[in-house]
Amino acid sequence: MTATELSVDGVTLTAGARHLVRDVSLTARPGETIGIVGPNGSGKSSLLRAVYRVLRPERGEVRVDGADAWSLPVRQLARTVAAVVQESAADFDLAVREVVAMGRTPHKRLLAGDTPEDAELIDAALLAVDAVHLADRGFDRLSGGERQRVLIARALAQQPTLLVLDEPTNHLDIRHQLSVLGALRRLPATVLLALHDLNLAACYCDRLYVLYEGEVTASGPPAEILTPGLLAEVYGVATEVAVHPRTGAPQVTFLPQEPRA
Amino acid sequence: MTRTATATSAEGSHRRRTASAPGESRTRLTVTLFVLTALLGVSAIAGLAIGSVQVPPGQVWGIVTHALGADRQPPDWSRARETIVLDVRAPRVLLGAVTGAGLAVVGTALQALVRNPLAEPYLLGVSSGASLGAVSVIVFGVTLFGPVSLSVAAFVGALGALLLVYATARTGGRITSSRLVLSGVAIAAMLTAVLDLMLLTTDRGNETRAVLAWTLGGVDWGTLWLPSTALMLGVGVLLTQARNLNLLLTGEEAATTMGLDVARFRARLFVLLSLVTGVLVAAAGPIGFVGLMTPHIVRLFVGGDHRRVLPTAALGGAVFLVWADIAARTVAAPMEIPVGVLTALCGGPFFLWLMRRDARRGTDRGVA
Repeated sequence: MTATELSVDGVTLTAGARHLVRDVSLTARPGETIGIVGPNGSGKSSLLRAVYRVLRPERGEVRVDGADAWSLPVRQLARTVAAVVQESAADFDLAVREVVAMGRTPHKRLLAGDTPEDAELIDAALLAVDAVHLADRGFDRLSGGERQRVLIARALAQQPTLLVLDEPTNHLDIRHQLSVLGALRRLPATVLLALHDLNLAACYCDRLYVLYEGEVTASGPPAEILTPGLLAEVYGVATEVAVHPRTGAPQVTFLPQEPRA
Repeated sequence: MTRTATATSAEGSHRRRTASAPGESRTRLTVTLFVLTALLGVSAIAGLAIGSVQVPPGQVWGIVTHALGADRQPPDWSRARETIVLDVRAPRVLLGAVTGAGLAVVGTALQALVRNPLAEPYLLGVSSGASLGAVSVIVFGVTLFGPVSLSVAAFVGALGALLLVYATARTGGRITSSRLVLSGVAIAAMLTAVLDLMLLTTDRGNETRAVLAWTLGGVDWGTLWLPSTALMLGVGVLLTQARNLNLLLTGEEAATTMGLDVARFRARLFVLLSLVTGVLVAAAGPIGFVGLMTPHIVRLFVGGDHRRVLPTAALGGAVFLVWADIAARTVAAPMEIPVGVLTALCGGPFFLWLMRRDARRGTDRGVA
């Protein structure tokens, strides 16, 4: 099996008395790339955290290939689902290669060493994010964008069939934004990612879910849902949306805000 | 076209790298472990030779090999010297090595578990908790668990202190350096105050003296088995958990996504680390900064992977404490200085340096 089916059914997430996400449902068919977009604080990260099993839903279910993600052992889930999280990592003296090698952990028995197959997977993961030349560098000496790519490589080395990424293009220059999203898109795995950049989301995702104040306001193929009306409602900005002649994806142009009188 | 070209050249260069990198670091580790083992041997002989009665190293070697049955030559040394080397100094050197190794691995694991480079059993008040536990047993004369009562009580005290510090330092799922160190200091101060009160008010004069005489010197062959067993257990279990300790370095959420049940893992290791610390403190008294310095120095040589740091730190801590003990009984001879005073003399400045380095690196998450 190379791709996992994800279904989120009526999930509500809370922090104390506050609702982070209310009654959200979402599906990702095997191999799809699903984008979650929405303004700051709309609940994108919280929703992802429920999928990679860090934030337990108050109500509702997260099912991975039909099994409740929250009743599987953590380790077993980690063989299926990998994630790139936003949490800032502490400084540690590990080489990039060792960080990527961590992705192999859920597949390892107690005390098992790294095999040649592991080494190959690690190399392939580094290659996919254009970080081969960083392999022997110290992780704590890298720039933000380089670190982000290494963490994505670590998730790839985990060989997930569902990959969850929270703002994977953060800190990346434009070339690496495109190459990383391209690499994710080419994966046989199902990919669920939160993105800020609507145009990138439109180019690389099969379907989008628009979160607004913790609820899904719209979902569907980018061309159907990225409309000036919706963007005005959700983000409060004026836009023009046109289909780009070469990519065929909708292209959002943001119009400068009128100075208030 | 260009794309393919870059891809293949990158592939070529990384193939070279995979051939060398893991092998290189393995060689480096082997060399480091070998050097440290040799150094530990030399240190042990020095520990047996140096003291109020100087025994030449050659004679130490003869006495030791003779006792181990490897040397059939008739002894050319006095019985008194044999007693000094084998019955007075040997247990003390061994306890020093065991305690140094144990505190170093406990410090290493604690730094990963609370994700903070300043963590250490002494600074976090864990050693104070253990002392309080052990002293309570002596002062109140509780012997519920027979000869191991002292260690059991020290373990309970250590675990209690650790949980207390952890609970007070953690807010919103994060532990900041400043908060961790401050709670550690505050809780250590409170526990020490209680300890002082107990010592001052107890009418058990002899027992009090027994407590105050708590140095590495108080050990004999009969009591050495307990700290040694605790060390073996601690190092053994931690080595099996080295990968998981690595995962924690990347953060709790990331560790969860890689298959680690963080809460359960931390709870289990807290118990293990308290057990090791408790037993060591019951045997050797609270000794600070070994657990702080050793892992940091070791990481400079073998990197941050716990599969390499743990064994190296164990050997490094052992060497360090054997020498600290040699210094403790020679610098002010015939008076003996508690070994903890010496480790604090080296460790205090190290701690300050570490704090400033982390502030420069911007890793003090108390600010972030």
